[in-house]
Amino acid sequence: MHAPVDPSPGGAAPHPFAKPKTHRETYEFLIRQVLRAGTYSVLLAVGLIFAHIIIKGVPVVFTTKAPFINTNFLTKLPETLHVIEDKQGKIYETSPQGSDVIKKELGGNMRSEKTISYSGGGILGPIVGTALLVLVCMVVALFLGIASAIYLSEYASHGKFIEGVRLAILNLAGVPSVVFGLFGLGIFVLSAPVLTDTPHERSLFSIPLGFTYMSFQGWDTCVLSGAFTLAFVILPVIITASEECLRAVPQGFRETSLALGATRWQTIWRTVLPFAMPGILTSSILGIARAAGETAPIMFTAALAFKDKLPWQGDSGFFGIFTQSVQALPYHIYTIAARIPQSEYSERAQYGSVFVFLVLVLMFAITSVLLRRKLRAKYQW
Amino acid sequence: MVAAPPAPKKPVSKPAHHEPSAVTPATPTAEGVISVRGLDFHYGTKQALFDVNLEIPARKVTALIGPSGCGKSTLLRCFNRINDRIAGAHISKGQVVIKGKNIYDDDVDTTQLRRQVGMVFQKYNPFPKSIYENVVYALRIAGVKKKPVLDEACEHALKVAALWDETKDRLKANAFGLSGGQMQRLCIARAVAVRPDVLLMDEPCSALDPIATLKVEELITQLTKEFTVVIVTHNMQQARRVADLTAFMFMGQLIEFADTTTIFGAPQQKKTEEYIRGIFS
Repeated sequence: MHAPVDPSPGGAAPHPFAKPKTHRETYEFLIRQVLRAGTYSVLLAVGLIFAHIIIKGVPVVFTTKAPFINTNFLTKLPETLHVIEDKQGKIYETSPQGSDVIKKELGGNMRSEKTISYSGGGILGPIVGTALLVLVCMVVALFLGIASAIYLSEYASHGKFIEGVRLAILNLAGVPSVVFGLFGLGIFVLSAPVLTDTPHERSLFSIPLGFTYMSFQGWDTCVLSGAFTLAFVILPVIITASEECLRAVPQGFRETSLALGATRWQTIWRTVLPFAMPGILTSSILGIARAAGETAPIMFTAALAFKDKLPWQGDSGFFGIFTQSVQALPYHIYTIAARIPQSEYSERAQYGSVFVFLVLVLMFAITSVLLRRKLRAKYQW
Repeated sequence: MVAAPPAPKKPVSKPAHHEPSAVTPATPTAEGVISVRGLDFHYGTKQALFDVNLEIPARKVTALIGPSGCGKSTLLRCFNRINDRIAGAHISKGQVVIKGKNIYDDDVDTTQLRRQVGMVFQKYNPFPKSIYENVVYALRIAGVKKKPVLDEACEHALKVAALWDETKDRLKANAFGLSGGQMQRLCIARAVAVRPDVLLMDEPCSALDPIATLKVEELITQLTKEFTVVIVTHNMQQARRVADLTAFMFMGQLIEFADTTTIFGAPQQKKTEEYIRGIFS
């Protein structure tokens, strides 16, 4: 017992716990460094993206003078930017209306005039449009998502069919978003049912209801079409996450509740849902943040490159806001980044929009974290 | 000690295969009685209970004992049909008659049944709500809204569960602040709040320390003033302490059912004796 088995026959190790002389240590070290390098490169990429956007975007959105925020950028609609240069090399940036005044003032002193589309004014239109899309999308996606998650995890009996449904939902997550866009165009824009007295001539078919017609003519390009399409994009995320959260509620709660004479729905409503809700909401908010950033699904269904009116300024009044087409931030960014000739002025508008967008998404993320904390504290088990 | 000790399994009617109820006209008329007649129970293709016949008298504590996997919990869970939740679980033969009605008939509403046959589980599992809300849960889902009714029921249930003195000043506090034993008594209060006739207990003390166990056991013997108690336990000492009658089960079969004193003092069956003496377990 006093002579431990010596792993190194050289006899260098005087105690039983001595390091064996192998390359294990080096190997461990290498693995660790590779993993660490991977992690840090991800961090680096994220940091670079953020830094780039912040450095380029902050000067557009914030100003050095009070109130330190470029209010025009946040409260005006996009417009064409006119850049006029006089013979002294002085540069005037102005709106289409302002350009005439300046040109008159300068008279023959004008050297050149450039016009850059969509890069003047502000981005209120896209902000409002995205807000509306996200709002409606959230309502639709949460309702459909939570409903199907409850059905799948609490009601449906396990079998091949339900497994198939699950698989289909997972596959939905892999569908390219432009396909969702085309789906939305086909279903919501062109063939969803509406109630109308005079069916459109492109209506697929219409069912007379006596007092009016139910016409399958689509909702046209509008907030509703876009939001429904976006909802389908993020449904797989919401359903899968909600199901996980429902499963995490201890079975004992359900059994106890049932044993006390509750029906299934009472059990779900009073016992299961309150405790699954924090998780469902947090994961859903992240999904919704993704919906806010999608471009392809709304290109054909809701968004316009340019619109000179806010949704409630249309003909149908305040309540027509959901049946109007809108501008949306991601599509606006795409337009000014890829659809117009590039210059320093359009670049400024791009980075301003991207920065605002990033802040909005960040706010979603923070809300979700705070919400989770608050709800978790309330329902501890 | 027992008014009408049910005879050990054999002598009473060995029911016919299809119409057991017709063969046993001697249905005990006492309130709250459970009678199991020729029950065969399966989990999917696996049979868990074999031709179980049992008459559980009212206002007594009846213990189901036996080694793990003998079907005692399964049998207990047949009494409030909580087994219905399990996919593939079904009864192929026999009846469970409670208050003169086969609870496996198609016209039985399980929510109504479970209001009259309460259950306490092995692991104390109060909802993460206040003590008060836990106790009145069953009343709330039954649609009771009047505060005085709820208050009264809460107080009564907590008194029945011997928890009133400890909790009356903090009814609004979260139930998770209670100790393990208190939580289990809270679960008992929650189960008795709707005043069921029968209270089923599935190893109610197995997660508790000895002192808390003792308190719950005391409580169980008190409960017979109002309820018929059926308790599953694998603690034979506990069965001895609390039960008026004891049923010994083995491999899905009811081996012997008699007074607790008989079972532990002079068991008629060899298997019972072996189990009591600890030859197998």
